[in-house]
Amino acid sequence: MDNLSIVLFSGTADKLQAAATLASGAAAMGVETNVFLTFWGLNAFRKDMAGKALPMSADYGQDAENMAKLMQEKGAHGWYEVFGMAKDVGDVHFHACSHTMDLMDLTLEDMDPVVEDIIGVATFVSGVEGQVVFI
Amino acid sequence: MTTPPITVDREIDARASFCPGPLMELIRAVRESDVDERLAVLSKDPGSRTDIPAWVAKAGHQLLAVEDNEGYARYVVRKAR
Repeated sequence: MDNLSIVLFSGTADKLQAAATLASGAAAMGVETNVFLTFWGLNAFRKDMAGKALPMSADYGQDAENMAKLMQEKGAHGWYEVFGMAKDVGDVHFHACSHTMDLMDLTLEDMDPVVEDIIGVATFVSGVEGQVVFI
Repeated sequence: MTTPPITVDREIDARASFCPGPLMELIRAVRESDVDERLAVLSKDPGSRTDIPAWVAKAGHQLLAVEDNEGYARYVVRKAR
């Protein structure tokens, strides 16, 4: 695999963590990674969301809270930090979904600087060269 | 009789760092090193045991040794290119 696309729909701490770790593994192994931020994933990358503690998935109830505690105790790096590591060691790009941007009345200036551009879904799909993962 | 640890030009203690931290720190350190320099990274992360050799092979460097210690492993790498 030399190309990976991640559709990042979720905005809970656990799923963002999983996406970030996947991106870091891909980046480390020379896999060009494109992250398409949409819905809650995009929301997590807003400048005004920076540093805010996000909840774990409600699906997992108390187990999720226990997991969050464990991660903190064991010094697990936060999802944002892991995305930073991924971008640092490899070819990782972040694109914002125009549909969600439009819904939330956002411009590129409202987003974290790592977000490179705003693209429509057709552009995203036509740019896919390898596997697509939906998180 | 145990073999003494291989001496290196640079050692990174990533034992406080959680996965994927140790691998990331190794990659950054290798990038900052010159060809032929030897680096060691200390990791408590069990994922490093497979991740570090996989990355070393992919990136074209040389894994000189994996030294097991109490609660952590020391991965010794030579920057080959």
